[in-house]
Amino acid sequence: MEHDKKPDSGPVQDFLNAEEPRRDFFTQAAAVVTGAALGVVPLFAGLAVFTDPLRKRERKSEGGADADGFLKVAPLDGLLKGGEPRRYEVIDDRTDAWNLFPREAVGAVYLVRPVDGLVKAFNVKCPHAGCSVDFKAENACFQCPCHDSSFKPNDGLIANPNSPSPRGLDELEVKEVDGMVWVKYQEFQPGTSHKVPEA
Amino acid sequence: MNTFLNWLDNRTGIRATVHEALFERIPGGARWRYVWGSTLVFAFSVQVITGLFLWMAYSPSSLTAWESVYFITYDMQFGWLLRGLHHFMAQAMVVLLAIHLMQVIIDGAYKAPREVNFWLGLILMQIVLGLSLTGYLLPWDQKGFWATNVATKLMTLVPVVGTKLQRLVVGGPTYGHHTLTRFFAMHAGVLPGLLIAFLALHIAVFRRHGIKAADPLHKKDAMFWPDQVLKDAVACLGVLLVVLLLTIFVGAELGAPADPSQAYAAARPEWYFLFLFQFLKYFPGETEIWGALIIPGIMFGVLALMPFLAKWKLGHRFNIAYMVIVLCGIGYLTAQAWHEDNRGPKSADYHRAVADAQTRAERVRELIEYGEGISEKGGRALLRSDPKTAGPDLFKRNCAVCHSFDGHDGTGGPQEKATASDLGGFGSRDWLKGFVVEPGGPKYFGPTANGSFNGKPIADTFSNGAMARWAKEHAGKMSSEEIAAVVEFLLSQGDRTDLGPVDADLAAKGREVFELGSLDANAEGAESRACLQCHEMVIDGAPLGTQGLAPGPDLSRYGSEAWLRDFLLNPDAPHNYGDRNAMPSYKDRMTEAEFNILLKWLRRQWLEVKGKK
Ligand code: FES
Repeated sequence: MEHDKKPDSGPVQDFLNAEEPRRDFFTQAAAVVTGAALGVVPLFAGLAVFTDPLRKRERKSEGGADADGFLKVAPLDGLLKGGEPRRYEVIDDRTDAWNLFPREAVGAVYLVRPVDGLVKAFNVKCPHAGCSVDFKAENACFQCPCHDSSFKPNDGLIANPNSPSPRGLDELEVKEVDGMVWVKYQEFQPGTSHKVPEA
Repeated sequence: MNTFLNWLDNRTGIRATVHEALFERIPGGARWRYVWGSTLVFAFSVQVITGLFLWMAYSPSSLTAWESVYFITYDMQFGWLLRGLHHFMAQAMVVLLAIHLMQVIIDGAYKAPREVNFWLGLILMQIVLGLSLTGYLLPWDQKGFWATNVATKLMTLVPVVGTKLQRLVVGGPTYGHHTLTRFFAMHAGVLPGLLIAFLALHIAVFRRHGIKAADPLHKKDAMFWPDQVLKDAVACLGVLLVVLLLTIFVGAELGAPADPSQAYAAARPEWYFLFLFQFLKYFPGETEIWGALIIPGIMFGVLALMPFLAKWKLGHRFNIAYMVIVLCGIGYLTAQAWHEDNRGPKSADYHRAVADAQTRAERVRELIEYGEGISEKGGRALLRSDPKTAGPDLFKRNCAVCHSFDGHDGTGGPQEKATASDLGGFGSRDWLKGFVVEPGGPKYFGPTANGSFNGKPIADTFSNGAMARWAKEHAGKMSSEEIAAVVEFLLSQGDRTDLGPVDADLAAKGREVFELGSLDANAEGAESRACLQCHEMVIDGAPLGTQGLAPGPDLSRYGSEAWLRDFLLNPDAPHNYGDRNAMPSYKDRMTEAEFNILLKWLRRQWLEVKGKK
């Protein structure tokens, strides 16, 4: 029977068992270089496109931001002096790769109006890993539903020292114009003890 | 037949290959404990097959991913079966992987000369976990979206290159189309390709050293075919059966479509990653990197070093003890995470978030099935423009500063400091009746006594205003029929579709009361009771009666969308509250779309599916 033959007696084996011809160093080097060059071009093209997000500049928003990048968020009289923080969506044009979504929520902020002084704005994103924090009226603090960080309502600082968040809520720049609250909406990197703006 | 086989073998050497594949000697005989590797190969094959077919129906972009998965699950015949198999087999794979690894460690199959194969196995494990992580995002529902969001945020913790890495993975500054295209390319291309390559190596190296017999003298030696193959096949059948049962009785769920503006407070990773999720809670501040990367990295490193540790006299025992401790740790953390979500002090919040997500998922299905289907704006737009879903939050943000809604803030949250009327049931018969009878009461103008407007207290402008005084004097003198009639008349102006048909006869009587003050022309003081004394009303273009001083709001088409729109935009207009006004205008407070949703929500104009379970 054919398959009972010893495996080392096929034509392939004969070839491998034959004495090897001499190998020339230059031929080897040339083969390696040529082979590498063949691989580099497609790989380069692919990686160049793949890393595009690292280089691309963001398109400037035209969805209502003023020259300094502030966005209109809420009417001032919607906030009680000394009242609880209230959550507002921040509306701007949003670009998602090839799509432009005009006037969409790009994020959200909590606004707090102290008894006197300017309104404060906090990004709702938890500086720990980016979950959206809730305001818990019962405990009078912000509470993150993910890993239990908690923050104080008036200044956004960490309330419970066991919170995993490395810093308080990210306060945003605010201005009040004609009875409206404008916020310079920004996101910051999570997990660092100081605010590093997301590029 | 034989001639053909001979020819084929001569050209390909197939007999030798098959022989080599099947006639592997198993010292100590075929055993159940050797089945795990094979079940993993089987599970992976199922994933490849179901995955390829899912691919034929799936479309990775932030406007089509959820939509195509919805279509697979609910519209394509047996789509639920295909998706269920893929979904649950993925989880089975993780379980089988853990068992396989445990068995390799217990049997000492990681020791020399099989170290390399052990490492190949660990690489395979990482690839499988990578597949599960990338796959979780692809349906683009709230759960996958938010859980993956957190997972990728953690990548920024990697020193130096972290943020760059995260951006590469996410494909841009925010989650979107390119996150999906990238995750999908990883999930369906790169990772399975790697997995096949490493699996081939894994099996080849395994064959080189043969099986590590747990006990070579257990029984007579046997051959892989057919003894062990039969056992393997039975085990695979068992796995398939479990997966099928889960598919049929549990089913792969699909949450509401991902919406970056709709935070999901119950975002949790897949159950087998829960322990890592829980672990993070114990690392405050900048120590987070320890919980997220360093400690898990070290633990995995020890695992990889096991073949070397085993050289030490007690090494194997140490390895087994290490495995048991790690498993107990994982078990403990998982249980703890489960406990905090289900029994702990914050479990109510978690459950509310889960229930809310459930409601949204069911609602979007209703909107698709009974409404107009999914437009090119995708499933997310359906919920955003649905008054029933989006209304409560708009109310909370825009109206609940002063108003309450059935005693809460519109979303079910607390509202203790209301300084204006309760708008729950606005325009309904009960609500109108209450307003006619006791306008100064706690559900209506009562709370305004504690409010202020433009810095001035409202005091009793409304709580003891003209309307409240009218009610004190007249409401008690009206018959219940008169009151019901006036209510029906006002109701008839609002074009409400949710309150049942208008009783035309009663409404006609109500009009009489509105104009004349009573159904009984001779009733005492009737004309000073007539609503028309204070409120104008135009019906079909013709004003009712002779217009009086009309200090109260114009009630033409009262309660209709047009009336409400005008009232909210111009509360201080002379035909509304005029000088007495104490309500801020709703101009420019929200987008036109949001305003429309709010109007519809207050009037309960939304798609309601009758007679659903
Ligand atoms: S994301 Fe808020 S505590 Fe982790």
